[in-house]
Amino acid sequence: MTVTAWTFVLVGLSFALYIGVAVWSRARSTSEFYVAGTGVSPLANGMATAADWMSAASFISMAGIIAFQGYDGSVYLMGWTGGYVLLALLLAPYLRKFGAYTVPDFVGDRYYSQTARIVAVVCAIFVSFTYVAGQMRGVGIVFSRFLEVPIHIGVLIGMGIVFFYAVLGGMKGITYTQVAQYCVLIFAYLVPAIFLSLLITGNAIPQLGFGGVDQTSGTFLLDRLNDLHGELGFTAYTSGAKSTIDVFFITAALMVGTAGLPHVIIRFYTVPKVRDARISVGWALVFIALLYTAAPAVAVFARTNLLTTVSEQPYAEMPEWFTTWENTGLISFEDRNGDGVIQYVGPRAQDAAGAAIENELTIDQDIMVLANPEIAGLPNWVIGLVAAGGLAAALSTAAGLLLVVSSAVSHDLLKRGFRPDITEHGELIAARVSAGFAVVVAGYLGINPPGFVAEVVAFAFGLAAASFFPAIILGIFSKRMNREGAVLGMIAGITFTAAYIVYFKFINPGANTAEYWWFGISPEGIGTLGMLVNFTVALTVSRFTPPPPPQIAHLVDLIRVPRGAGEAHEISG
Amino acid sequence: MTPRPDRPAVSSQGYWRRNLTYVGSLLVIWFGISYGAGILFVEPLNRIRLPGTGFPLGFWFAQQGSIYVFVVLIFVYVYLMNRLDREFGVDEDAE
Repeated sequence: MTVTAWTFVLVGLSFALYIGVAVWSRARSTSEFYVAGTGVSPLANGMATAADWMSAASFISMAGIIAFQGYDGSVYLMGWTGGYVLLALLLAPYLRKFGAYTVPDFVGDRYYSQTARIVAVVCAIFVSFTYVAGQMRGVGIVFSRFLEVPIHIGVLIGMGIVFFYAVLGGMKGITYTQVAQYCVLIFAYLVPAIFLSLLITGNAIPQLGFGGVDQTSGTFLLDRLNDLHGELGFTAYTSGAKSTIDVFFITAALMVGTAGLPHVIIRFYTVPKVRDARISVGWALVFIALLYTAAPAVAVFARTNLLTTVSEQPYAEMPEWFTTWENTGLISFEDRNGDGVIQYVGPRAQDAAGAAIENELTIDQDIMVLANPEIAGLPNWVIGLVAAGGLAAALSTAAGLLLVVSSAVSHDLLKRGFRPDITEHGELIAARVSAGFAVVVAGYLGINPPGFVAEVVAFAFGLAAASFFPAIILGIFSKRMNREGAVLGMIAGITFTAAYIVYFKFINPGANTAEYWWFGISPEGIGTLGMLVNFTVALTVSRFTPPPPPQIAHLVDLIRVPRGAGEAHEISG
Repeated sequence: MTPRPDRPAVSSQGYWRRNLTYVGSLLVIWFGISYGAGILFVEPLNRIRLPGTGFPLGFWFAQQGSIYVFVVLIFVYVYLMNRLDREFGVDEDAE
């Protein structure tokens, strides 16, 4: 069977599975719609969290970014896993005990303030929308490459599927669909990784294989890759080009941002008990680590394969995958010296006489995971499987984000904000309508992406780090923290972070170099500084304004001990 | 299971202090492995190889070791907290 035929079969089967699960688990009440009736087992919730968390960026882009950045790519590996330690130790158990439906619920109730609630709703909607547009784009790329349909048809099909199970099933439908999607995506990621590891190093475990011996040269694979990098004028793979302070700040922004992302936090409202919330974060990280520890191995295999396949080879003899990706515009070759041979080299490349060699090949880093099985000549079904896995990753994340947007509108804005008298039935209809509306907007953004989607997605972390994280932490760990401190802290943190990013990315992109950055911190890492600004402002302001009312101190005492966590519920007050 | 009395205020403070000690100690390890071994001291550590492999040690911590340690930290925390909950009678089994 051809690649396209295999892709149709595998993608079709996986979609049928998702729809089946969605029909079986549709939501009947607001509690089921928002938090799956708090009846999800910790293991299933861990798996669903992993699928929710691992987006098209984790599945499709991350290994490619690491392949091109080497050690510097570690910021994503540590940043997107280390946040779960913060989530487990500082947030999840307390938020579960608090027992609300959404993140703005916690912020609004803990800080006894509609203003705080509205600020939190706006942050949640903004963060989630930027994120979801990137997912729909990922869906479009997979469809256009493997099923050879135009990107907009691909996005429409993806929208249809997400619409069906997010709108019908709410959190309950999404959770069980995500369990299925996790199984599909992890299988699709590990199968080619194991194949490649066996081919290149003879070790079936990719996590060990990339530290092993390369079968063709007999030296350690990492040494061989470093040598190749040296010959071609790239920075050594195992050391980085970024400054230490920048690596530090980017890692911290991604970690704290992870712990502050609303679609991740609400997952821990769905389990029955506080104890389940704790262990559930652990399971989530186990399932995430399966992919995240394999990704750097895939990156090394992909990089080695790429360099040995294309470098100094005649353009006319390039294999079929090269031409197919060239047609999508994601690989481009320009024969600058007219010798018909591909020179793929780094900035420091020199020939024998010491003259600089010009690079002739540009490769989009997003194609590495998708193209990898083809580059290595793996069977066609593996390639189809990777396409199905990429779709599972994109759809599961999109659905989780859409739920945040819909609950922010129907629950935080209507029920707890402007229309407190709304019936449960009316709230459920509002939730479904806003989920449907959000799908359409996300689809539109996926078909007509603003040029900066990818960048904005990365900044969603910085913004979450600078806004939610300090407000929630202080709400749990400081009884003295009051409304004034929390609101001004959130506003200061998010304004500072957004201003820095907007300045360097949109107003004055020419100055976006280490020379002009504050303390050498890039816009990707500025969320960490924004978080510190938030903490400082909040702590200072709270010292000069009245303490919170006594019932808030009582509320904080209650969330600090596990006993008495009932179902997620409305909190009066 | 025998019913336990409601927690008095004093023991609740003791519970919270122990919780903060656990969280603080685990976060020190968390910071040391990721920001310490994986970022700040990555270059000196890279001069050492993980025995029997091609991994420079700092690189390995940044791309593999830190993730394994994160997983272990969470499960240790879960174990410690479940034990602490029972000790202070605030666990959820007696409800």
